[in-house]
This record gives sequence, C-alpha cells and structure tokens, in this order.
Amino acid sequence: MEPIQLHQVKKAFNQGRPNEFWAIRGVDLTIQPHRATVLKGPSGSGKTTLLSMIGCLSRPTSGRITRGEQLLSGLPERFMTEIRRRTFGFIFQQFNLIKGLSVLENVMLPAYPLGPDHAQLSRSALELLHQFGLGTKAESRVEWLSGGEAQRTAICRALINDPEILIADEPTANLDSRLSREFMAIVDGLKQTGKTILLTSHDPVVFDSPVVDRVVEMSDGQIMDPSCC
Amino acid sequence: MKAFIRKQRYLIDFTLSSLLRRPGKNLGLLVVYSLIVFLLASVMLFTHALRSEARLVLADSPEIILQRMVAGRHDLIPGSYLEKMGRIRGVIGKHGRLWGYFYDPAVQANYTLMVPRDRQLAEDEAVIGAAIARTRGVSRGDFLTFRSTDGNAYSFRVSAILASDSELVSADLILVSEQRFRTFFGIPEGYYTDLVLNVRNPKELRKVAEKLTLRLPDTRPILRDEILRTYDAIFNWRQGIVFVLLTGTILAFVIFAWDKASGLSAEERREIGILKAIGWETSDVIRMKFWEGAIISLSAFLLGYLTAYGHVFYANAGLFEPVLKGWSVLYPEFRLTPFIDGLQLATLFFFTVFPYTVATIVPIWRAAITDPDTVMR
Repeated sequence: MEPIQLHQVKKAFNQGRPNEFWAIRGVDLTIQPHRATVLKGPSGSGKTTLLSMIGCLSRPTSGRITRGEQLLSGLPERFMTEIRRRTFGFIFQQFNLIKGLSVLENVMLPAYPLGPDHAQLSRSALELLHQFGLGTKAESRVEWLSGGEAQRTAICRALINDPEILIADEPTANLDSRLSREFMAIVDGLKQTGKTILLTSHDPVVFDSPVVDRVVEMSDGQIMDPSCC
Repeated sequence: MKAFIRKQRYLIDFTLSSLLRRPGKNLGLLVVYSLIVFLLASVMLFTHALRSEARLVLADSPEIILQRMVAGRHDLIPGSYLEKMGRIRGVIGKHGRLWGYFYDPAVQANYTLMVPRDRQLAEDEAVIGAAIARTRGVSRGDFLTFRSTDGNAYSFRVSAILASDSELVSADLILVSEQRFRTFFGIPEGYYTDLVLNVRNPKELRKVAEKLTLRLPDTRPILRDEILRTYDAIFNWRQGIVFVLLTGTILAFVIFAWDKASGLSAEERREIGILKAIGWETSDVIRMKFWEGAIISLSAFLLGYLTAYGHVFYANAGLFEPVLKGWSVLYPEFRLTPFIDGLQLATLFFFTVFPYTVATIVPIWRAAITDPDTVMR
C-alpha cells in the first residue's frame, strides 16, 4: 500500500469574492499506510478541510494530493467518487446516519452503487454488526440508537466496502470518555487488521492514546511543525 | 449487466423506503395527483365512450336527411317531394318522417315525439323512453296527458317502455301514431318533418346530395357523417368546458407538485450529501430521485386511471353526467361500452407523468452536483 502525499496543498472558500477565505495555506504532508495519524488543532485550524480533500470529498484550490503514482486531486467527479468508494471509509462527527432506515440498511448503503449480490451484502453487513456488538440491533431504526451504538453503526458503514483507509472527523466529539476509549480500542483493532487510520480531533483521549502513531498539529490552515512531516 | 440490474433494484429499494419514511407527505401527494389524473381521465374516457356510443347508434340511421328550408329555417316538407325528386341512382329507399319536440311544463323537460315506421300504434297509444317513465313515474298501462298547441288535452296510454340499452338517444323519446301526431301538432296530411333517403354506397352520398340540391332547390340535405361530426364537436366542446373548469384544480396541483418536486427540504439535501460522501455518484442520486418521481407519478397515474375507468364504466360517471351527457332533466341511464383510446391514454400519460418526473430531477441535479464535503460541516 502506498503513502498519501500532499504537496503545497491550498484551499480557498469563496475565491474571488470579498469574503474569500483560505482554510488551508500550503500543506506538505505524508501519511504512512497501516498507521493511525491524528490531525490535531483548535476549531477553524483547517483539520476537517484537509481531511475532506485527502478523502476525495473536495478538491484543493492548488497543490497536489497523490497516492503512489495516482493523482487524487483534480480528478473528474466520477473518478473521485470511485476512489472514495473503494479506498476510503468515513466516520462523521454527527455520524450522519440516515434516519428512518434500519441499522442494517444504513450499513449496506455505500455498497448499493456497486450492485453486489444482496444475500452476500447483507451477510457481510450482519457480520460487521455482530463484530461491533450490534447484531441484535440490525433491524432497529437508527434514531433509536444510543450515541455509542450510532457511532459503531457508522463504523460498520465505513467498513462495508472494505476500504484501505478509514477517515474519522472528530469521532469522539459526541461521546463521553468511556465511549471515547472504546472507540480508540476499535481503532486499535482496525489498525491491527492493516487499515490506515486518519483522524481529526482536539480530544486528548484520542491524540494521547497509545494507538495513535503520529499527531500532526495544525493552526490557521498550516502545519505547526512542518519538520515533523 | 447483472450488477447493473442489481444496482437499479437497490436504488428502487432505497427509493421505496425513502417514500415510506415520509408517509404523510408522499401519501398526500399521491392522493392529490391521483385525483387530478382521475378527473382528467374520467372526462376523456367518458366523452370518448359517448362519441363511440353515438357512432354505434347512428350506424343504423339514414344516410341522408332532407329538410325543406323557408327563409333559412327548417319547415315542413310536402310528401310530394318524394316524387318530385324523381329516381336517383344509388338511392335504395326514401320516406317521410314525422317528429317534433314537446315541452312538458310538469317536469320542465323537452320530449321528442316521433312516428315510428317499424311498428303500428293505436291512436291513443304511446311508447316512451325510460327516462320519461322514471321522471313522470309512469309504467306500462298508465296514461300520459299533454296539452297541445291548440289548447286541447290529449291522453296517451303507455303501451311499452323503450329498452334501456338505447337510452342515450331514446331517453326523451315518445313514439306515437301518425294520426295522433298530426292532430297533436296540427300538421296537415301530406306533410312531413323531413324526408330520409337510404344510399347503399357511401361514395355516392355527395353526388346524391348534389342532385337533390339541384332538383329541390328549397331543400337542405344532411349527411350522416355531418351529424357525426356535429356530435363530435358537441362532445369536444363539452369536454373543453369541463377541462376549463378543471384548469384551476390542475394549476393548483401543478404549483403543489412543483413545490414538492423542486423544493428540497434541508433533510433531503443532507441525505444527498451523506449518500455522495459514502460513495454514491451524482448519477446514482439522480437515478434514485428519478425512480422516486417515477414511482409516485406512475402509481398516481395507474390509480387515477383505474378509478376513472370504474367511475365512467361502472358508476356511470356520476360526477360529470350532467355536463357531458347534456340532458337537462331527463338523464339517460345506460352503461357505456368500455373503450380506451391508445392515443388519448398516451397523451394523458405524457402530460401527467412526464412533467412531474422532470420537475423532480432538475432540483436534485442541482443539489447532487455540489461537493459532498458539506456533510463534514
């Protein structure tokens, strides 16, 4: 598996308008595979923006993001989606589960565009749910879940397409410290299976965790200690 | 190919569960949508069936009717015109007809009085249409009394009631004897309301009509095709009137549907963002929403059309009967022959299903092309 490399990545919002804002101001970074990396920093430091560009959710205004020989930034939408679907699994701060659907349906959703065999897909989804202690909740609606259960559902959803890289944005922001520690234990388990983990957080439970291999500190859209990267 | 079909099934599956997640909103839309299709389809099916019915009924009517004109008005025609017109090639039969209208103040309805050729009636005898029997509350053996224009009252003994399968044209019909007809309306012997001619070859109709105009310049030949055209025009006009009345309802629906279809709620936008973030392509989202629009509009179309079919052919189109059939007091009671016109069906489909489906796609496309990172914020 190749590392992800960022070269002078910049991102502006409302470019050319009076309210133009540069959220990322020239970041060079290498993310090593099979490691857990945390982007740490206060709100507005650019962690989420950087994470979304690495995860092919948005494109940089300038600079390049590559994975080995493959250019991730600047690809047409269709290819970006394809890479996003197969390479990355996302766990969002608000979990972003779709209300009204069951836990099982939510977990299966990312696989729908690939058109896999239904029996096989539900089997994989149920296996994941059992693995994360949600086997009995498969048919429950997601709005009935506790915070920890919702997050584990989000993790199962992120893993359904078996991605190489797992991206989590402020994963413990809505969890108490016990659940936060549980989450880090899950991250540890995933790392053991060879996944690359990329997190953003300003929670000490996350960045002080022994599971984390590297902490990249950010401020005002830049990396505070570029020599570390 | 298998994966493609499975993908479509997943999308439809997701769409159905999306629809069920907002049952109130979608059910409301389905009901209103079906109602519009029902109203439009009812009018279309009903007028079309009436036109077909009229064609069937007129199939047995004479090919040419000859009326005498005086000062541009229809007048009585002398029986001597039958000889005066002479022998015209192609005409296989000709005779005079006696018929007229009578206004019955008791029920404020117009009757059509006619002398039948296929049955002999006694002077005081009458055969009446089913609608008259219903309205006047009479049955076989009862008497009907009318006051004629000369002030005298004439009683008719009802000897039979016309079969209801021909009620579209016989609802207001009274068949009386020739003698009583002449006395009642004061029509002298040897005069008729009009003359009718039977022509075997339809291609000769125009030529026969032309000869009649030349030989009897004070007459006007009316061809059966012209009557059919008039019927068509009348039913089209009535259909038009109903459509105009429905315009308000349709417009209200269009606004409602456009609002529902074009305005995405914050929740729907959020969902689109999530789907894109977890790996759905813009085209997947659009396809999913296309299925949503298609499922709603197709269900509404089927539901509305089938209800309209039942309404027209099994419930006698109770809602539109007064406007579309046209009898003011004596409504015919008869069951229309089910008849569906493919072109009409396609037109209704195109104007109901197509616009809605398109209306759902445009805003979705706008929402779906935005960057998926909005869900991260």
